[in-house]
Amino acid sequence: MNEILEKIKSKYEITDVLQKRDDLLFFSIGKKLLVDILNYLKELEGFTHLIMLSSVDWLEENKFQLTYILNHPVNKYDIAIRVDIDRDNPVMDSIHHLWIHAQTDQREIKELFGIDFPGSPGVNDDFVLEDWDDIPPMRRDFDTLKYATDNFFPREGRKSYDTKEYMKSKLYPDQG
Amino acid sequence: MFNIKEDRSKFPTMKDDGTLDFDLDSQKYVKIWQGPNHPGVTGNMALELTVSGDEVIKSKTHVGYLYRAFEKLMERRKFIQCFPICIRMCVPEPDINEYLLAASVEELGGIEVPEMAEWLRTLVLEMARVTILLRGVPGQGGTMSLGMGVQWGVYIRDLMLDRFEELTGGRVYHMYIAPGGVRGLLPSGFKERMEEVLKKIDEFVVDIDNLMFSNAVFKKRTKGVGVIEKDWIDKYSVVGPNARAAGIMRDVRKDYPYLKYDKLDFEPHTEKDSDIYARSRVRWHDLQASVDLIRQIMAKMPEKGEIRAKTPNVLHWKIPKGETYKRIESSRGEYGFYMVTDGTEYPRRINLRGPSYNSAMVLLEKILVNANISDVSSLMVSLATCPPEIER
Amino acid sequence: MTRMDDLKKRTVTAPDGEVFTVDPMKEYFCDKRPEVQEPAHPLLEKFFNWARSNSLWVLGWGTGCGSIELPPLTTPRFDMFRYGVQMRPTPRQAGVFIISGYLAVKTLKRVIRAYEQMQGPKYIIALGSCTINGGMYYDSFNTINRLDHYIPVDVYITGCMPRPEAILSGFVELKKRIRAGKAEGANDYAERFDWYKANQKKVIKGWDMPDYNW
Repeated sequence: MNEILEKIKSKYEITDVLQKRDDLLFFSIGKKLLVDILNYLKELEGFTHLIMLSSVDWLEENKFQLTYILNHPVNKYDIAIRVDIDRDNPVMDSIHHLWIHAQTDQREIKELFGIDFPGSPGVNDDFVLEDWDDIPPMRRDFDTLKYATDNFFPREGRKSYDTKEYMKSKLYPDQG
Repeated sequence: MFNIKEDRSKFPTMKDDGTLDFDLDSQKYVKIWQGPNHPGVTGNMALELTVSGDEVIKSKTHVGYLYRAFEKLMERRKFIQCFPICIRMCVPEPDINEYLLAASVEELGGIEVPEMAEWLRTLVLEMARVTILLRGVPGQGGTMSLGMGVQWGVYIRDLMLDRFEELTGGRVYHMYIAPGGVRGLLPSGFKERMEEVLKKIDEFVVDIDNLMFSNAVFKKRTKGVGVIEKDWIDKYSVVGPNARAAGIMRDVRKDYPYLKYDKLDFEPHTEKDSDIYARSRVRWHDLQASVDLIRQIMAKMPEKGEIRAKTPNVLHWKIPKGETYKRIESSRGEYGFYMVTDGTEYPRRINLRGPSYNSAMVLLEKILVNANISDVSSLMVSLATCPPEIER
Repeated sequence: MTRMDDLKKRTVTAPDGEVFTVDPMKEYFCDKRPEVQEPAHPLLEKFFNWARSNSLWVLGWGTGCGSIELPPLTTPRFDMFRYGVQMRPTPRQAGVFIISGYLAVKTLKRVIRAYEQMQGPKYIIALGSCTINGGMYYDSFNTINRLDHYIPVDVYITGCMPRPEAILSGFVELKKRIRAGKAEGANDYAERFDWYKANQKKVIKGWDMPDYNW
């Protein structure tokens, strides 16, 4: 399936191409070209199935990565498109006009990562949380253990060990 | 037969683009909540129904009643610690999560799985499919107060869980599939005892055919109800049995063969009508196909062999930076893991995509419009919604 | 209309043209605190407890993953009906509430409402490690850790998840406690009502329910 990669390369400027498996291709593209390339892949190349829209928080590089995974049901081929967006101004174009069910993904990402998709239906509604008043919880800088200890009355007596240190001291004390 | 055309001019309608030609807040319409207490085989999920007469004119799905933030918790755990936690994402069919996590870790960590382990994984996955279908197929009748089939199904599922207990030690959560392979070989005499259970399932399948699919009431309440049009398959990304009921062949086992499915002989069933009847019929055929597959696997698998490849010490196993998407055919359709690693001992991000994510949110809201209130739970069960997949 | 607007005082026009005002917080809910049920004469109380212990009606709501082990209980293999235990569809008819595992904060709110709507005498059985100390979700930001800080628990059944046999033995244990007059969870709830409410309000951020809502 190198033809599709050649076709995309001739039309769009893509980077970080990774042929993960015979039927799975990863590449990155600029934020502005995304809706355009999704439209092209859906209407002209037959990638009619949107598997998922996922988000990864790269806190150290101060960016969010959005991954759109498309599937070609006839040729049995997957394409995963990565888009980097700025962590300080997390706004992305909505794709609910291409796939109507993308609005659920976008609603979830808005709630859990705080990435806004203006124009997506119901994007500001509560999805899984109710009356959340902290920073979006799936961000890397949100400490879930601290939140749980502060709010949920932990029962005394629960201990956790660092497995590496514990094994070193208890099981293999002679090996240093 | 009667052929009465009802006058629909006074009924509120929804346009194609989803907008309504009436005011929902005009206090004329009653709002009914179905859930979060659930009707039988699905998980906790609430449907906010606006009704006019006994007809639903708008539905909104509310999820989050089972939200445990697995994806956040897995970012705090080492790869081996993710196994006991990820299986809790889908309670009736936990093994698919184990397999997907193991397969993603193996692909990113570069580990080859021995052949015997692959056979055993295939066996466990098919057994898991049987257990969930034994609840799911009669569960469709259960939504119409046909509780007898559910009782039979739950009983035979228990026999299957006994086989699981024998093989893995666990009744519901097995943790049998581990990175690099599986945890144990078949106990002696397992095949004979499994054959006894399979014979019972064969009888059960015939009973269900008589009880549900030849039942006049069941037919009347399911035929022509909740039709998913063929062009919605792409529009809503419908997968698995729901797509097969509409005549479109979508089965990951055939399309993207994983494990040993390319060496097994099976043909997923398709129907044409795409209503509740067709969907539960497809699941009924799936159950038979799985029983047949278990027999084939047990006949074809080698007697002995290596079951676990050598992995680095799992407590400080660093997986190189990378990302992948792995998929599997669950009993509801394509089920996938998107995993990103960053070269440390912890996964950077694991995102799960279950088939219910689309079907319970957007598709269910769509097909509930103009449905009768009494059909709501049947429609919900016929799409095989599983809320833990939606909220993880 | 949002969730909060549903509970505001408003003017409604009925289909026949009549105009009237609705104040949901006052009209839909009771404003009386729960009261402690004083035991009757010891002999009579013994008889009552015997009767109570023999008709445990369970609210058919599986709040978590442990609920997958409840259907096998109704089949002939385990058959919980022989202990006088059966499922009821609504809180008004039920006397036992099984919290089957972890509770997300969103579900906790519904559980409190359902519990307060149940008629006394009422008991709570909590399944799994998650209700005791959070289990494997001890660090999750959306599941509570100790159930007995929010509603009173009469019997804990350990395991993740408890097998049907364990749940049956939990029912037997609950019966023993009821007969001995020790299953006083509902009275404890009424006694320390303010403490329970304060804990509940700490977790449920946008508290839009009345304080007493059975």
